[in-house]
Amino acid sequence: MKLVTAIIKPHMLDEVKTALESFGVEGMTVSEASGFGRQRGHTEVYRGAEYTVDLVPKVRLEVLVDDDDAKDIIDVLVKSARTGRIGDGKVWSVPVDEIVRVRTGERGLDAL
Amino acid sequence: MTPFEIDTGTTAWLLASAALVLLMTPGLAFFYGGMVRAKSVLNMMMMSFGALASIAVIWILWGYSTAFGDDIGYGLLGDPLQYLGLKGLMGATTEVSFDDQTGIYPVMAFVAFQAVFAIITVALISGAIADRAKFGVWMVFTVIWGTLVYFPVAHWVFDFSSGEHTGGWIANNLKAIDFAGGTAVHINAGAAGLALAIILGKRLGWKRDPMRPHNLTLVMIGAGLLWFGWFGFNAGSAIAAGTTAATVWVNTMVATAAASLSWLITERIRDGHATSLGAASGVVAGLVAITPSCSSVSPIGAIIVGVLAGVICALAVGLKYRLGFDDSLDVVGVHLFGGLWGTLAVGFLATEAAPAGVNGLFYGGGFDQLWRQAVGAFAVLFYSLIMSLIIGFILHKTVGFRVSEEDERTGVDEVEHAETGYDLGTLGAGIRGMSYGGSAPSQVEEDSKNGQEVTA
Repeated sequence: MKLVTAIIKPHMLDEVKTALESFGVEGMTVSEASGFGRQRGHTEVYRGAEYTVDLVPKVRLEVLVDDDDAKDIIDVLVKSARTGRIGDGKVWSVPVDEIVRVRTGERGLDAL
Repeated sequence: MTPFEIDTGTTAWLLASAALVLLMTPGLAFFYGGMVRAKSVLNMMMMSFGALASIAVIWILWGYSTAFGDDIGYGLLGDPLQYLGLKGLMGATTEVSFDDQTGIYPVMAFVAFQAVFAIITVALISGAIADRAKFGVWMVFTVIWGTLVYFPVAHWVFDFSSGEHTGGWIANNLKAIDFAGGTAVHINAGAAGLALAIILGKRLGWKRDPMRPHNLTLVMIGAGLLWFGWFGFNAGSAIAAGTTAATVWVNTMVATAAASLSWLITERIRDGHATSLGAASGVVAGLVAITPSCSSVSPIGAIIVGVLAGVICALAVGLKYRLGFDDSLDVVGVHLFGGLWGTLAVGFLATEAAPAGVNGLFYGGGFDQLWRQAVGAFAVLFYSLIMSLIIGFILHKTVGFRVSEEDERTGVDEVEHAETGYDLGTLGAGIRGMSYGGSAPSQVEEDSKNGQEVTA
């Protein structure tokens, strides 16, 4: 089992969510995040005082998947989140030891 | 039935105006509160509400008398004992002349109207010391500053002699025109703000850490409430609901709008964007500048006053970075500079056609009115600056005006008020039980009711 994490542009969330659902993903966790990569930030001006804001708002999306699906799901994520412009984000996966569904106590692939 | 002896129109307008002006102080709390960081929003708003509380009380006790009692010498001070506790004023009436008529109205309505002026003036100063002042010391400052600076200056500027009553020197001897308080309110508060910004020093991380406004929507609401209340401030200063009040109302609207436009254009050219903070700041700059001049300029003159106010103040707010004083929310840039410009503008742009009936330099009146305006403006500036430096210095060296470094980093809301402005998290901000007046934490009681022994 793998945990696939994607950092994407906030306005791409709907598209990415739809693409994952049509692939068959049944659950995900989404949280607001902020950070920077090569895109860096932007400037804001208050009464003439300029601030460089380097933390850009992003969305962090996490999906737990079967090992066999991991590569395909990563492809779906990358394809649906891409605008081609700087700041599109990153996708990565890490191995997961154990998953438990809290309500039923099911473990492993059954809990997905 | 006897005919009306009291001019009810005037009385109603004056009482309504007083309520409008009172609303400016909570409005200012929004305006200032939105501009500071989230960790200081409550303290910022509390400095305005604190001034409301303390000044209203001392105004009744000795403030009104010090400002509007009979002069006790050279137009410098009213007799503080004459109306101590407003004695003898409850049934008293006085006269106002307007539009070739004379109206009678209750002195108490005037007491009310002038009270809210005193309050807002003191509250304005707090913008200079955001994020770092001890609340208790601020409250002490409001009482001392109100007594030693505002009340005398209000006497100089607003107390006109009539009949046996003798008033202040700027109004009666110098005859500078300050219709609603460019000197007594704005230059006065601006100079005091400069003094306190110098005494308290810069905030930790000033010019290095980002200190951007945490909530610009609050700032916009505050600017809107200030504008609304300001119609009472300026048009109410006509006392009577007559032609002067109406002209002043129109001038107040248009100068403010023009200043908002010109501030936006200035920053669009300089920084590339028209900002909401710029629009709100332009509104306040315009209101400040038209305050002294609203009775003496034409509506076209008011537009010129406003346009220049927006440009002057938009540029003046940058001075603190060059000169190195942390006037956090630009009390100097907006109120001192806006007040100076508006007061001097009377000397340039006054026209005989306006209610005050005086010609300024550009209308063929020569320099006569201009020098009177300049003397009045700078007299108040220097008096307020010197007195505020002395009061601030003594408080700072004795009880300390500023919170400790550690407390400043934590935030004045938590340290001074034991509160948090916003609880937006879904996790309850980590609150674990509560107790009341030293009783046991309620979580224990709750849980024991369910028959469980839990120690919180």
